Amino acid sequence: MTLDPRSVAGKTLTVEGHAQLLVVGAGPAGLAAAIEGARRGLSVMLVDENPVPFETMGESVPLHFGGRVGGVARNRNAMMEAMLESAPAIADAFELGIDVRLGTACWGLYVNGANLGWMPAPLAGLADEESGTHLVSFERAIVATGRRDMGLAFPGWEQPGVMGATAAVQLATRYGALEGRRAVVLGTTAEALLAALCLHERGVEIAAVIEQASAPVGPADLVAKLCEAGIELRCGEVVRAAETGLDGVRGALTRTGTLACDLIVLGIGAVPMVDLLDAAGCRLAFQPERGGFTPVLDGEGRTSVDIIQAVGDVAGIWPAKSRDAAIAEAEARHAVAAAAASLGRPGEEATPAPVPGEPAYDIGAYRKDWVRASIIEAEGEPYVCQCEEVTAREILEVRPPRYLDWQAADNRERTLAAILGEGPPNPDQVKRLTRAGMGPCQGRRCREQVQALLALQAAVPLGSVPLAGYRAPVRPLPLAAASPHAEDPAFGEQWDSWFGMPRQWVPFWDVDEEYTVASLAVEKPHASE
Amino acid sequence: MPANEISEAEGGTGASVVVVGGGVTGLSAAWWLARSGVDVLVIEKGIVGWEASGRNGGGCSHHHSPLFAEEQRLWPLMDELLGYPTEFRPNRVRIALNEKQLTLYSRAVANARHQGFRIDEIDAKQVRELVPLAGDNVFAGHYYHFGGHANPHRTVQAFAWALQDLGGKVMQHTAVTGFVTEGGRVTAVETDRGRFGCDHLVLAAGPQTGRLAAMLGVDIPMKVARAEMIVTDALPLMPIGGVDGNGLYGRQTLRGNLAYGGGPHEWVEAEELPGRRRPTTPLMQNIGKRVAELLPLAGHVKIIRSWAGLIENTPDGRPVIDRPDGWNNLTVATLSGVGFGLSPASGHAIQQLVTDGACAFADLSTLRLGRFANLEPDWAALQGWQSMAMAS
Repeated sequence: MTLDPRSVAGKTLTVEGHAQLLVVGAGPAGLAAAIEGARRGLSVMLVDENPVPFETMGESVPLHFGGRVGGVARNRNAMMEAMLESAPAIADAFELGIDVRLGTACWGLYVNGANLGWMPAPLAGLADEESGTHLVSFERAIVATGRRDMGLAFPGWEQPGVMGATAAVQLATRYGALEGRRAVVLGTTAEALLAALCLHERGVEIAAVIEQASAPVGPADLVAKLCEAGIELRCGEVVRAAETGLDGVRGALTRTGTLACDLIVLGIGAVPMVDLLDAAGCRLAFQPERGGFTPVLDGEGRTSVDIIQAVGDVAGIWPAKSRDAAIAEAEARHAVAAAAASLGRPGEEATPAPVPGEPAYDIGAYRKDWVRASIIEAEGEPYVCQCEEVTAREILEVRPPRYLDWQAADNRERTLAAILGEGPPNPDQVKRLTRAGMGPCQGRRCREQVQALLALQAAVPLGSVPLAGYRAPVRPLPLAAASPHAEDPAFGEQWDSWFGMPRQWVPFWDVDEEYTVASLAVEKPHASE
Repeated sequence: MPANEISEAEGGTGASVVVVGGGVTGLSAAWWLARSGVDVLVIEKGIVGWEASGRNGGGCSHHHSPLFAEEQRLWPLMDELLGYPTEFRPNRVRIALNEKQLTLYSRAVANARHQGFRIDEIDAKQVRELVPLAGDNVFAGHYYHFGGHANPHRTVQAFAWALQDLGGKVMQHTAVTGFVTEGGRVTAVETDRGRFGCDHLVLAAGPQTGRLAAMLGVDIPMKVARAEMIVTDALPLMPIGGVDGNGLYGRQTLRGNLAYGGGPHEWVEAEELPGRRRPTTPLMQNIGKRVAELLPLAGHVKIIRSWAGLIENTPDGRPVIDRPDGWNNLTVATLSGVGFGLSPASGHAIQQLVTDGACAFADLSTLRLGRFANLEPDWAALQGWQSMAMAS
């Protein structure tokens, strides 16, 4: 059998470690999954990117920390200890012999399938500060990457102090590293109300919870708790701009005046962190009862890539689940029971976890309304995409990016309709033309906003506009640090800039009249490597 | 067929010329046809430029091709001709990190000089002046006073918009299911959205070209492979963005990102139903390693994306641009994986084949389909061009 020496055939990836069960994310769901896997006799590796290095947090990775990470986060040991203290089950996991790797990001999952057959086994790309970037293999993966927060543009939202609700709660509760005293919370979702109550408990004064709709959308008992705590709820209101000084946010300008605050906490949408799943090719669908774009799962939590399962917030966020970690934990145990059985370790059956009911409100309409109220009706034109500095108008007019300083020769307008024809709006196409979402934050802050803008423009439901795709590495990796530890020499020996075909680059004046494979016996000079 | 023989297609739907494939080659051909006053319709199964046409290294320096001179003449004019930005920037630096690489790269010097184009041999110090991100490991380099780079996705969209400005039509999300023929003529294209009549058919459908041509009994031997690229966060602009070498192709974009590819490809089975995944792999790390070697002062910059594309290849890796025997009104084109940079010229050549029956500005004899007349039937296996599953 002839092998194409310049193809991947015969080139071996260096794999450093193996687990039957890889669990990504050590929140309640991930921990429950790892522990259940170990109890069922599987070898388990549990990775979690937290605590994330201080510099990385400063870049709002993985959550929208918004420049309010306290100096304590510079102390890596203190952060690690805080993380261990915040989740005692991590210690249990260590004791059960689980290969627990904290401060370790998973930036890609690779499984053979359509148009890919090179993987020697299912692989995960990991990165940590000590051992750099490396690959491990696995047999089943449980993805429990949790959630992040939908961004919302208004003038000043790029300033320190504007941050996600999940990010604020994590800094306050896990690390004691939230730098802020007085917060305005945007949104009345269950997650926003829970965040407001949590921050209030931790001593952050809540100046107000602001809702653009005429009434709160979250559970009534949480609204009641808010009132009991003396927190003001303002409906029919938006933040028109953040008032800022040298140290970031100093107030939130509303229709009725300025609220003094040093934090503006975005709680309009808790978003399942589906980046790793999407990049791995797992099918997503807009499932409003699960909080937006979530993996399409079977009853055992299997994604369309059946050796990858999803549990916890990444599998779906709904009010009851946000209030009770037991639901996420039950999902995890149920999924692991199926994984273990498929690996020849059937044990006792696990109880299926509760599933979401009908959503209490239309989350698609709710998110679009916030975007309309905040971005489109805003005074001034904030950058929706902070990294690439793209405004809503530029996105909707598909303007070439400003670094081109492009002035069309005439007044021809290039609308979305002219691009799309009769097809649905596609954020990936808009992304490449305007660069919105193409910056170093990998679209974490603007992705859902761009989707909502396109849905508003096309006057279609939010869920009918796809989410811009995620691509590995789902966490930024420095070039030098991303280099393989020990590269198979075959890569270097056979590396070619293109395909290394013997006749592709022969200059046209030297090309034979006929081509046969046999004719390759005669060597000709060519200019590829 | 002379231009004046091309008439309005009969009936309400269709066009004089239907181009199947909204990649950069098909769009350029359609744009050139529209410029010549021909009524043209492009049928695209997905979105224009969605596949490899919109995702590639953006290079414009194909000194081996009979279309090279026209490629070089046209690129500096494209922004003005199209009316939309392509982000084209001229010239290129190729860096060799050792003598072996320099020897390989020197063959390009011979090719260019043979055609009257200028390449300077530059030393390590000169390389570092032009490429501030280069390091002490530079062996030597070449400065191309031609070629350059452009933004693939923006260019594809520019072709599509410019075509529409000239009255050409683009139908996206429309899949071709068959053809209607009469004698030696293709009279209509069948799609999942109806039938479109034509006086002439152009097939320029990338990896789908072979499958579609086979429906007309035309054998275009090709195999499909997956190739990968990476892109980093933006860095300050270097004096020249068209920088490659060390086994890589790519560029610094006008935004400042480093976008590079190279290294092993994977042969895959052709898709019956196009549009499945284009997965990337940890090859990203091996590419990253070589970018960090090429531009050591960028070693700290972060990879923020990787992507993969499916690329069709003819047995010798050279394009086919031809009017196949047996058909009076059919033109086929595959650029065999190297279509972006050549697109201004390839579209022009296709237009002339359609309207005049021959290309006036270049000798296309080496791009004829007939060169494969005596190709071994098992050529793909003989060359090892097989998917991992077939090879194992």
